[in-house]
Amino acid sequence: MGRKDLVFRAGTGFFGLLLILIVAAIAVELTRQSALSIQKFGLAFWRTEIWDPVAGDFGAWPFMWGTLYSSVLALMLATPIALGIAVFLSELCPASLRQPLVFLTELLAAIPSIVYGLWGIFVLVPAVRALEAATPEALRRLPLFSGPPLGVGMLSAAVILAVMVIPFTSSVAREVLRSVPMAQREAAYALGATRFEAIRSALFYARSGIVGAVMLGFGRALGETMAVTMVIGNNPQASLSLFAPQYTMAAVIANEFTEAADDLYLHALTEIGLVLFIITLVVNSLSRLLIWSMGRSRRAPRASAAGEAAA
Amino acid sequence: MNLVRQQTTAVAVAGVLVMSAGPTAQTVRINGAGATFPYPLYSKWFDEYRKTRPDVQINYQSIGSGGGIRQLTNQTVFFGATDGPMTDEQLTAAKAPILHLPTVLGAVVPVYNIPNVKAELRFSGQVLADIFLGRITKWNDGAIAKLNPGVSLPATDITVVHRSDGSGTTYIWVDFLSKSSPAFKSTVGVSTAVKWPTGVGGKGNEGVAGLVSQAPGSLGYVELIYAVQSRTTYGSVQNQAGEFIKATEQSVTAAAAAASRQMPADFRVSITNAPGKGVYPVSSFTWLLFFENPKDKAQARVMVDFMKWALSEGQKFAGPLGYAPLPPEVVKLELAALARIRM
Repeated sequence: MGRKDLVFRAGTGFFGLLLILIVAAIAVELTRQSALSIQKFGLAFWRTEIWDPVAGDFGAWPFMWGTLYSSVLALMLATPIALGIAVFLSELCPASLRQPLVFLTELLAAIPSIVYGLWGIFVLVPAVRALEAATPEALRRLPLFSGPPLGVGMLSAAVILAVMVIPFTSSVAREVLRSVPMAQREAAYALGATRFEAIRSALFYARSGIVGAVMLGFGRALGETMAVTMVIGNNPQASLSLFAPQYTMAAVIANEFTEAADDLYLHALTEIGLVLFIITLVVNSLSRLLIWSMGRSRRAPRASAAGEAAA
Repeated sequence: MNLVRQQTTAVAVAGVLVMSAGPTAQTVRINGAGATFPYPLYSKWFDEYRKTRPDVQINYQSIGSGGGIRQLTNQTVFFGATDGPMTDEQLTAAKAPILHLPTVLGAVVPVYNIPNVKAELRFSGQVLADIFLGRITKWNDGAIAKLNPGVSLPATDITVVHRSDGSGTTYIWVDFLSKSSPAFKSTVGVSTAVKWPTGVGGKGNEGVAGLVSQAPGSLGYVELIYAVQSRTTYGSVQNQAGEFIKATEQSVTAAAAAASRQMPADFRVSITNAPGKGVYPVSSFTWLLFFENPKDKAQARVMVDFMKWALSEGQKFAGPLGYAPLPPEVVKLELAALARIRM
């Protein structure tokens, strides 16, 4: 019995270690393959706005901006909808509708990214173009809505990312809400809460899980490539405007890698990959930190409530 | 009874497996990689060639011209394919002499979508360069109107559409614009991927054609076959002789014929803006790349035979697929150059 246990622990421990080694290997290889670019540009690569393959001048800033801006916008659009779906499916939905709706939501997650891209070009972009053309003059003067109504641009990218992120966030949030003990809700009802207030208390209880679900969606949005490159306009300029065509890190790598003939160009693209890797790591660490801190503060009120009950 | 049936089935299955095992050990397998632009034609060629030589299996991966050059230099493939000729630095990096052999001609056309304008517009290299530089921003600009008297152009903004991915198509286009406009040459330059002063990027020829067909007031550039297949309006371009020529099989082949008089020995020549009458100015060769002294002599013999077939029989497949065949002068020069590959 003891030996089998040991073998089991060693085996699973090995797989855990393998995962860490793979991540470390990715980091090492990315750094090695971008050596020329790191040597030439150093840290200035992170804030240079130029991307000129002919002159050999490269900078990651427009792509960083595009990736982060589109992902944050997508989160802002997707989170309320995804949470709404999660709350509806776990709390309010009649039992007969639940399974089909769950199935449909998860179907959205199964659609390949390039299919979203094609849908984006043929359906979303013309719709966004019509919307942009119909924007009133007063709004057009704001930097957020400036520029010609092209259709392709940050707004289309944000919408398509939001659609892709919704099933991930909503399914994790739904599972988290389902795991809230019934006692919590019953206690709320016992205290005279309305339906809505009971749901709110369940949401409060599950808040760290929900933040985790939102961060999962954010991570997905950061890395999304094909759907975004087909609707974002692929113009390396960092702009606040929703109508402006912009660029993301994953999109530029996917677009330019195969034809990058000279070494500096290749290394610059790999360095963009390294930047994306670092940003993803940072975002994931911050979200882990956020979840951990929310988990900590939960213990404090409960302890004080127990203290009051004892008194 | 049961046992006999079992045995018969076993023999039948084994027989089917043996027959479907494929070619015998004498098959010559050759790997190549490179440009995406000629891929449909090469695909057809390898298929048709296989019918005449069933013992040959040529495998081509269309990973892009840059990838093809890299793989050939690393000797992971036997031959490469590229839309833009190798630079001197790339040739030195290859450490052994490489032969460029043009296989077929392609043309890049300006496609546009202007609401209510169905007429065929005429463009000149200078006007196109200024549009792509962002200097000409409206369709009713004087420079465009001068080339197109009698066409009422609206005051719509021009949305420039270019390629977001690196490509030989871009190379041909910016090569032509750089020859037509010194400002374009110094601001943008010539490469498979450039820093575009303005516009949106579409992925692939399909992406550009799609964006142009949807966005009113847009102007982009695509390979001829994409413009024809997506039924997008494309204009004519002014050549060095001053004529406005639309891209057709004849006008593109004429460009190569005109250039063949000054063809360099290594065939590394750009034929955009070629002199002569009836010439379409935005044409280009696409090349196959071979080492002059390859290690595998059996594969070399097969590829030389294949090239002879491609330069003669293969050319008739070019037209229906949207490419232009090589003129006989160039074919003659190439057949002579094939002798340089040491078998």
